[in-house]
Amino acid sequence: MTVSLSTWDVANQIKEQFPDAVSEINDQAILVKSESLFEVAQYLKNRPELDFDYLNYISAVDYFDYFELVYQLTSINHNHSLILKTRCYGRDNPTLPSLVSLWRGADFQEREIYDLMGIRFDGHPNMKRIFLWDGFQGHPLRKDYL
Amino acid sequence: MEVVQRYIYSDTELDRTEGEAIEALKARSQQPIPDPDKWLDEELERNILLTSLDAILDWARRSSLWPAICFPACCAFELIAANASRFDLSRFGMEILRASPRQADLMITAGTLTWKMAPQVKRIYDQMAEPKWVIAMGACGISGGIFRSSYNVVPGYNHIIPVDVYVPGCPPRPEALIHGIRMLQNKIAKEHIAIKLSPL
Repeated sequence: MTVSLSTWDVANQIKEQFPDAVSEINDQAILVKSESLFEVAQYLKNRPELDFDYLNYISAVDYFDYFELVYQLTSINHNHSLILKTRCYGRDNPTLPSLVSLWRGADFQEREIYDLMGIRFDGHPNMKRIFLWDGFQGHPLRKDYL
Repeated sequence: MEVVQRYIYSDTELDRTEGEAIEALKARSQQPIPDPDKWLDEELERNILLTSLDAILDWARRSSLWPAICFPACCAFELIAANASRFDLSRFGMEILRASPRQADLMITAGTLTWKMAPQVKRIYDQMAEPKWVIAMGACGISGGIFRSSYNVVPGYNHIIPVDVYVPGCPPRPEALIHGIRMLQNKIAKEHIAIKLSPL
């Protein structure tokens, strides 16, 4: 059974490295600032004690004021997992750093989020729609669509 | 990790062409195509000399309907069940599902159709040789079903291809599909060889 790591412990480790990165912690997840998302993710992946080598999924939630992105990370070797969240403000052109260079599995998921939620990912090698066709107007999974 | 774009990612030019094709099809498919059944009322006007030729041709056509493979969603499982041993569609001369539309004369539209898939279905239909018929199977095939108001679901196959028989249900039981096929066979039995021309 995959052990869910204590978010408080992991957050303390992150804080040692990046003092300003973590903005909120609760029992389920660590909320990091979107500016430091990439560095934190890189740290979580490369640190041997954590070794998050697998990205289960990326999910995006529309809360009207902001979009929240949920990343579930798993370490195959240590058999533990963690949920990382980040927030993205603004509805016109929300942008986040892409994690494709860390986990290839992020590729299609980020494209899906761009397609349906309209969040752009900086550094993604192929940022275009995946389900809907080129030229489709709007992003249909947003709460204010239609 | 370096991402090798060359092998994985398609050309943006292809995407643009596809998007334009979909938008064009969507723009010209806003109104449903009328069902090709006006001739059913024209019984008296038929040429009497051709009736026995009609009878033979219609018998041949209705007794060997070969469906093309066009199963975009879950109604396909009822169609598979109808083809399998318990319901055994081959009793009606249609045991072969043709992978090539050129060899098929019936399209059973089993499932929800999205606008992105619509050009492909239209293309399969266009590739089928005349004479050809279409059965709209299930609520999604008839009207879009519960997904009708969605942003990318075609509200009924009759927006892109003319439909001969509608089989309601979500999904229809194999018995219902077989009943629909029997109805289609009855319709073919009434056909005049000169009438069934391309409706488009």
